[in-house]
Amino acid sequence: MMTEQQPISMIQKSELPSKASEMFSRGYRLVYVCCTPGDPLEITYSFDKDYQLAAFRIQVPRAQAVIPSITGSYLCALTYENEMQDLFGIKVENLAVDFKGNFYKLQVKTPYKDAGPAQPKSDTGAQQK
Amino acid sequence: MSTAAETKPKRTIIPFGPQHPVLPEPIHLDLVLEDEKVVEVIPSIGFIHRGLEKLVEIKDFQEMTYVAERICGICSCIHGHSYCEAIENIMNIIVPERAKYLRVFWDELSRIHSHILWAGLFADSFGFESLFMHSWRIRERIIDIVEETTGGRVIFGYCKIGGTRRDIANDRLKSVVTELKAIEKECHSITEVFAKDYSVKKRTKGIGMLSKDDAVKLGAVGPMMRASGIASDARKLGYAAYGNLKWEPITESGCDCHARLMVRCREIYQAFDLAYQAADKMPDGPIETKVTGNPTGEFAARLEQPRGEVIYYVKGNGTKNLARFRVRTPTFANIPPLLKALEGCELPDVPVIVLTIDPCISCAER
Amino acid sequence: MSLMKIAGLVSSWALRKPATRLYPFVKRETFPHTRGHIEIDIAKCTFCTLCEKKCPTDAIAVDRAAKTWSIDRLRCISCNACVEACPRKCLSMANSYSPAMLEHGIQSFVQNAPAEK
Repeated sequence: MMTEQQPISMIQKSELPSKASEMFSRGYRLVYVCCTPGDPLEITYSFDKDYQLAAFRIQVPRAQAVIPSITGSYLCALTYENEMQDLFGIKVENLAVDFKGNFYKLQVKTPYKDAGPAQPKSDTGAQQK
Repeated sequence: MSTAAETKPKRTIIPFGPQHPVLPEPIHLDLVLEDEKVVEVIPSIGFIHRGLEKLVEIKDFQEMTYVAERICGICSCIHGHSYCEAIENIMNIIVPERAKYLRVFWDELSRIHSHILWAGLFADSFGFESLFMHSWRIRERIIDIVEETTGGRVIFGYCKIGGTRRDIANDRLKSVVTELKAIEKECHSITEVFAKDYSVKKRTKGIGMLSKDDAVKLGAVGPMMRASGIASDARKLGYAAYGNLKWEPITESGCDCHARLMVRCREIYQAFDLAYQAADKMPDGPIETKVTGNPTGEFAARLEQPRGEVIYYVKGNGTKNLARFRVRTPTFANIPPLLKALEGCELPDVPVIVLTIDPCISCAER
Repeated sequence: MSLMKIAGLVSSWALRKPATRLYPFVKRETFPHTRGHIEIDIAKCTFCTLCEKKCPTDAIAVDRAAKTWSIDRLRCISCNACVEACPRKCLSMANSYSPAMLEHGIQSFVQNAPAEK
């Protein structure tokens, strides 16, 4: 079992680009970006240096989700931000490489947008005669 | 007299994938070529997207172990292990010592089989079919040991929340170690070809360069990062029993395809050594703890898969269904370095470079 | 210049028996603990439905009134969860894989005689 501390601090979405460039100048690398569905949507940005994690979290309303991009400091964030655009329907501003919804080739657009709490179990396979 | 319009090189777009003989799983890359040199690469993924992260709404947290194991066939072992580590952390479950060492043992066997599989596919990507066949012949012996001890050839299915589902008897463990030592001797016959053969070196040295700065900026993980000189390995965090074993991350300074090949070949022998250490130090005792209650809280578990660092973020809200389950696999993080390494290469080198990131697209898209 | 480093390996294998087997004349032997397919000793079953609840893919259906236990072989992922959950130990994992089917059928077992006390 790992017993590392993983601190998460809440910030405003307008502070996001400046926080990202501050982490870049301090030598942190971007580890992952996670979007948790719900209302409001919570987006967590995790950075790592010397095996220590540090994370920032922002909240955006589900109906009008617009966030600034951090590809100015971390170019590798383009895959995470394009994935969020395609799966959750979030609009990301100032993306360095914007696929405009064509990164994920899906039949159902934005499938995770209305994800919510658990649903009851449906008909079991063996019972369908 | 040639005008500016006539001397400007013409650009062609060639699709690579989704179906290509060297790719184990489908990915689509649009290669923009100027006269056989690749200028730009435009990826698009989504061919194996199964929406596994949304399944937490239907399946409870114990059943998600089976889903996590089946995200990918090659790296299935450590996916199951990572999920169990993440849930055990938020529920404060202490895993018995014997289970920790068993997990290390099987994880290292999985690393050996995955690297030998990759080595065979890599040889196939530049046409060296006999080396491909011999690598996979050696891998069959490892898979036989895995099937005998865990019950499954591809999906190990050994991990559950609180410990492991199956044990290896001590005398059987000794004979398994003897078999592994014989297989390790056989591995030398193929890694020597990879290291020294002239045609392998001609196809891999100087191809797909990724400098140290680029590796940091673009977020490379795993052997991609370690072949550019950065010594970082998620096993140093000390999860399972790795804190009690002696080892160091393997790095090379070549930054090209040959360096990544050598990192993976040396990691095969390091994995054999770690498996012997774990079998040697394995204590007696129970292999599981009872699990009661529901998970609450959030945690991001970081483990080292054969392809790099995998992150399992779980968030529980006190019910038996998790609130969020997010997997960030190493292949997903290696896509920007791939786009950078492909720039400026020739068209015949594209399969070689695509294979050096060890693409496991079913992991990347879940 | 080291050409043909693999020559030694390839020529030594040219003199040995091939590493492949002539399937379907020679079949591969599985190991004792291989997870192949689920079998049930229907005489011991008490229809407690624990296996149905534990199955992650909902492949098992238990009908207490009709004393029938059915399994959808194509949905079963051979994970062993039902075997570990069964309190009467009437489920077991056989080490041969279920054969290919021509139509998607569900295998049912009916208990004719009452369970032994």
